[in-house]
Amino acid sequence: MKLLVCISKTPDTTAKISFVENNTAFNTDGVQYIMNPYDEWYALVRAIELKEAAGGTVTVINVGPASNDIVIRKALAIGADDAVRIDTDPTSSMDTASQIANYAKDQNFDIIFTGKETIDYNGAEVAGMIAAMLDLPFVSFASKLDQDGDSFKVTRDIEGGIEEIGIQGPFVVSAAKGLAEQRIPNMRGIMMAKRKPMNIIPPVTVENHVTVDDYTLPVEKAGVKMIDPENMDELVRLLKEEAKVI
Amino acid sequence: MSVLVFAETQNNKIKKSSFEPIGYGRKLADLMGVECQAIIVGTAENASDAGLYGAQSVIHVNHGASVNFDCINYSKIICSVAKEKGAKVIVFSHSSSGKGLAAYVATKLSAGIVSGVNSLPTVEGQVLKVSKSVFSGKASANFSIDSEIKVITLAGNTIKPDSGGTPATIEQMEIVLDAPKMNVLSTKRQEGTVPLPEAELVVSAGRGMKDPANWNIIEDLAKTIGATTACSRPVADTGWRPHHEHVGQTGVAIRPNLYIAIGISGAIQHLAGVNNSKTIVVINKDPEAPFFKAADYGVLGDLFDVVPRLTEALKKLES
Ligand SMILES: Cc1cc2nc3c(=O)[nH]c(=O)nc-3n(C[C@H](O)[C@H](O)[C@H](O)COP(=O)(O)OP(=O)(O)OC[C@H]3O[C@@H](n4cnc5c(N)ncnc54)[C@H](O)[C@@H]3O)c2cc1C
Repeated sequence: MKLLVCISKTPDTTAKISFVENNTAFNTDGVQYIMNPYDEWYALVRAIELKEAAGGTVTVINVGPASNDIVIRKALAIGADDAVRIDTDPTSSMDTASQIANYAKDQNFDIIFTGKETIDYNGAEVAGMIAAMLDLPFVSFASKLDQDGDSFKVTRDIEGGIEEIGIQGPFVVSAAKGLAEQRIPNMRGIMMAKRKPMNIIPPVTVENHVTVDDYTLPVEKAGVKMIDPENMDELVRLLKEEAKVI
Repeated sequence: MSVLVFAETQNNKIKKSSFEPIGYGRKLADLMGVECQAIIVGTAENASDAGLYGAQSVIHVNHGASVNFDCINYSKIICSVAKEKGAKVIVFSHSSSGKGLAAYVATKLSAGIVSGVNSLPTVEGQVLKVSKSVFSGKASANFSIDSEIKVITLAGNTIKPDSGGTPATIEQMEIVLDAPKMNVLSTKRQEGTVPLPEAELVVSAGRGMKDPANWNIIEDLAKTIGATTACSRPVADTGWRPHHEHVGQTGVAIRPNLYIAIGISGAIQHLAGVNNSKTIVVINKDPEAPFFKAADYGVLGDLFDVVPRLTEALKKLES
């Protein structure tokens, strides 16, 4: 089985978010970066498990500058066989998806994995775009994926429930919680990662139609109103008359 | 020319949560001086209700057919309708199926896309300006989309749907589809409750509950106001509660009108999924719990006393 896992780099979950240049750019000062949790914990690990069970290769791909090599090395340490980095700082999800689709189009991958979304832009766009560019079916938010003869059984999250579907490769799938259990790279994996191949590929030009004008930080809450725990009638009154939510 | 809104269906009806994007589509269409059209695929008994919420016409594709959800076929339908009707903007729900489909359609139409839009846009000539929440709710970003056709997905609870319109005229269309590349083998839904991403009222509990057997007080409270239940991550991870209840950065992100957090400390990763709630009530016995800083109303006390008392007070109001 030939598997591709798209990985991205995001600010750590506890990162303090602020902006510079008149609120037009993200302030990277002092921000720790991690591999996007959905990519690492679920997409990558499930791909590695499938390969361990049935043989094949797991390639990871990242669209980004050389400073992203650190998360790519981590993916190799967890168990991917080789890596591709498209050498550009993507300007939009369409840019990212186009770079990945352009690389994948003649590689005959059986499954292309992404995480459900990134935890910075929370767009959940890239996987559907890659599928559309390659004319492949797309299964979103998979919480279970098993090989079943020459096809696959995938459980996907739908609003308020789950749906089990049968599908044949090739397809694109985005990974949600439950698809796999997080793996911590061990010493041997980290050593081996240093010798695994990493291909650096120049980007293609992509027309961009979406630009960020600026960012705003949320308005601070006015401050919490403390309610006497003995007096829940007062809380109910405030929810009804002041907040108007019940 | 039109603003085209994709209305999702379930159990042969337009989903309640799809009336909001229809109302939003109408407001946007009015701003642009074009028509608001809803598109519905497959069986929908209440198709004309789209008009009550703002659609000026409904395009009902493959009426009466059961069409399994699959991006290839759905995008084929939406793209051909969009081209025929001269759609300028296509609006989807920011839902499990809406997100992926919107990205697929945007790609096929070379459209710029912004997902999870959470306020009314402004129109400046060819450019549409929209905003959405980014960095898991820790900031918001303002975007310009300048493509010929634009695609957005609308975050839930952005505007209040208003059913004061008139039933819409329905145009039936048949579009020939290819055999789907995936088959739905089974579907399971929790019946009787509003799914978390669509819920307006949410009652959520964390490790402070001590034991899964104690959840009856949470369920009583939720039932009293018709709220959906949620939980913090450790509670789902230890199997006290089902995974679909897990809210936060690595769980479901929600933005209900009311979020009641009970025995949850308010860790940054938890807040990331709930900080867009309109009103937050925190019940916690620790005055230092970080959640109080993000709350509108706080109750400092033992949840095992406070929660039943709150339920009683709410019952009094209902009767
Ligand atoms: C990468 C990453 C991602 C994460 N993603 C998420 C996520 O998506 N969602 C999430 O929730 N967490 C997430 N977490 C975990 C998060 O950091 C916290 O550990 C978690 O939210 C804590 O859950 P809790 O508030 O239920 O438990 P605790 O932190 O143990 O808090 C329990 C609270 O209950 C109160 N309490 C106890 N007894 C009572 C009582 N009798 N009456 C009233 N109050 C009482 C205590 O004062 C305390 O504040 C993530 C962590 C990491 C590292």
